[in-house]
Amino acid sequence: MAVASVGANDACPEGHALPNRAADLELAAITKAYGETIAVDRVSLKIPAGTYCCLLGPSGCGKSSTLRMIAGHEFISDGDVMIGDTVVNDLPPAKRGTAMMFQSYALFPHLSVRENVAFSLKMAGAAKAERLKRADDLLALVDMTRYGDRLPAQLSGGQQQRVALARALVTNPTVLLLDEPLSALDPFLRIRMRAELKRYQREFGISFIHVTHSQEEAMALADMVVVMNDGRIEQVGSPREVFNAPKTVFVAKFMGGHNVVPEGGKSYAVRADRIKLARPGEAGAKATVTDVEYQGMTVHVALTREDGTDLLVTLAETEFDRAPVSVGDTVSVGWQPADRHELAA
Amino acid sequence: MTETLDAPTQVGASNADKGVARTGARRTSWTPAWVAYLQAAPIALVFLLFFILPLIATFVVSFWNYTEYSIEPAFALTNYQDVFYGCFSGSSGLCTTFATYLSTLKFVAIVWAMTLAIGFTIAYFLAFHIRTLPMQIALFMVCTIPFWTSNVIRMISWIPLLGRNGLVNEMLLATGLIDRPLEWLLYSDFAVSLALIHLYTLFMVVPIFNSMMRIDRSLIEAAYDAGASGWQTLTNVIIPLVKPGILIGSIFVVTIVTGDYLTIGIMGGQQIASVGKVIQTQINFLQFPIAAANAIVLLAVVLVTIWGMLRLVDIRKEL
Repeated sequence: MAVASVGANDACPEGHALPNRAADLELAAITKAYGETIAVDRVSLKIPAGTYCCLLGPSGCGKSSTLRMIAGHEFISDGDVMIGDTVVNDLPPAKRGTAMMFQSYALFPHLSVRENVAFSLKMAGAAKAERLKRADDLLALVDMTRYGDRLPAQLSGGQQQRVALARALVTNPTVLLLDEPLSALDPFLRIRMRAELKRYQREFGISFIHVTHSQEEAMALADMVVVMNDGRIEQVGSPREVFNAPKTVFVAKFMGGHNVVPEGGKSYAVRADRIKLARPGEAGAKATVTDVEYQGMTVHVALTREDGTDLLVTLAETEFDRAPVSVGDTVSVGWQPADRHELAA
Repeated sequence: MTETLDAPTQVGASNADKGVARTGARRTSWTPAWVAYLQAAPIALVFLLFFILPLIATFVVSFWNYTEYSIEPAFALTNYQDVFYGCFSGSSGLCTTFATYLSTLKFVAIVWAMTLAIGFTIAYFLAFHIRTLPMQIALFMVCTIPFWTSNVIRMISWIPLLGRNGLVNEMLLATGLIDRPLEWLLYSDFAVSLALIHLYTLFMVVPIFNSMMRIDRSLIEAAYDAGASGWQTLTNVIIPLVKPGILIGSIFVVTIVTGDYLTIGIMGGQQIASVGKVIQTQINFLQFPIAAANAIVLLAVVLVTIWGMLRLVDIRKEL
């Protein structure tokens, strides 16, 4: 990844490229306690410079608190946050070299787009001409030059996101923190802005840490997925690792597309598209079809095995058409031993 | 209708168009249009009877003639000439009316500045330092409950404190800070300002607090994230965003203080002039036309002030 990010920086020599200040980020057993409740429980994680990292989990899993502790918007109850070689626990956000992009973007409604982007420079005491020049550079970078004089309320959701991104990047942060940045957008725009985020991350070569509850979003964006539950990390890995080799029942269920099957006292994960259906009597266990859902390219078939286990099978449309089943049919169901994957809990 | 659903063909589409045309294209509700007027009628009637009509009557009467024993309908400008008697003659010294307005203006300035400072601070504390809603409501009630008593009572209760032998003087004497009672505590500009500030700070607190509660908390975080200090956040984010609230509060305070005569009368020991006081005296002498003329001038002054203030800040988004 480091190699890729260096390449991306070389690729934009027009002078607007941000100096590469990318730094490693390390969390050492950070903990957040609100009174008796532990929101984040000794989370340790190392994010190499230039990584797109997604903190993924259901609401209340501690992913936002973790992000806010990295950002400096939440006091750290215990543990350390290190950026580069510095422990930043007691530094305010602007001194950490982080910048945050907020869920609803938090653009200042009374300031023009240009002034919004220049805000942190103004706070740092930069001269007006200088900071507006720099703001214009960043607006050009996110292709928003034309909208510099507008107020945030006059922009669409996607445009607001670009302005928020420009505002966050204006101080050359080493790490950009994004708190559910796509949740305020409609589904079509979400997919488009998702691609843009990934592209900007590649161009700037800094780490993006992106909090989301959508496993689809995490898989599309991340170099590194951190699945969290109950204030702890369940699994860290590339999207492929996490999806294909979930370590725990929680991860298998949360990532979706998996069946959790108990066998001989142990739990196994089997991908829904690796399960084979056959006519009753052939090899495999007997099961009853409980539901058939047409999804376009695929067909979802829900089954209940004789031992009571519910299974979800995803079949390609053509495969389904070869041997269609309907609700109430009895079929034989099975999978290759290699497609079965043992889970920790 | 099934036709339109199944296949949006020309036929179906034109049928739908006809359907719309039949029920009236601009129709948005099933309630007959006159019901809305009926619903607005009671307040309109009250407004008309107790506000518009008296105002028109005042305006009309301000042109009437009066003598020591009679009031006659007329169209004379003499009342207005009397109001501004000596104001434009070029003689040295201010005419009575200008002097009175200047005195009132002084109180307006002092009270506005103080209520703004105190009101903003209280609102800021309630909105940003108190984290829980029940506590906010409780403290807000603490501010409000004294206002369930009458203005006059709250005013008069200052007298035992500020009087020549009042609590403040006795305490200062006892501690040896002064060796004879302070005379300027009561029946003075100080007493008037103090009472006005006490009475009207809440009018600042409420709209400013309301504006502050509308500020998205993530904006404060965004400012902090951008490296803004507390003071910078206040001047760059909070104050610009609560301007409409400040303006609404200012309009309340400025208009009330401009027209006040009770507080200035009581706390000033009936020695300090105010426009309201002038009008009241003229009414006591049954000189209604000149009182009306004075009232119209006062109204004009207040309206011009409000118009000027509204030009400074756009309050539409707050309404």
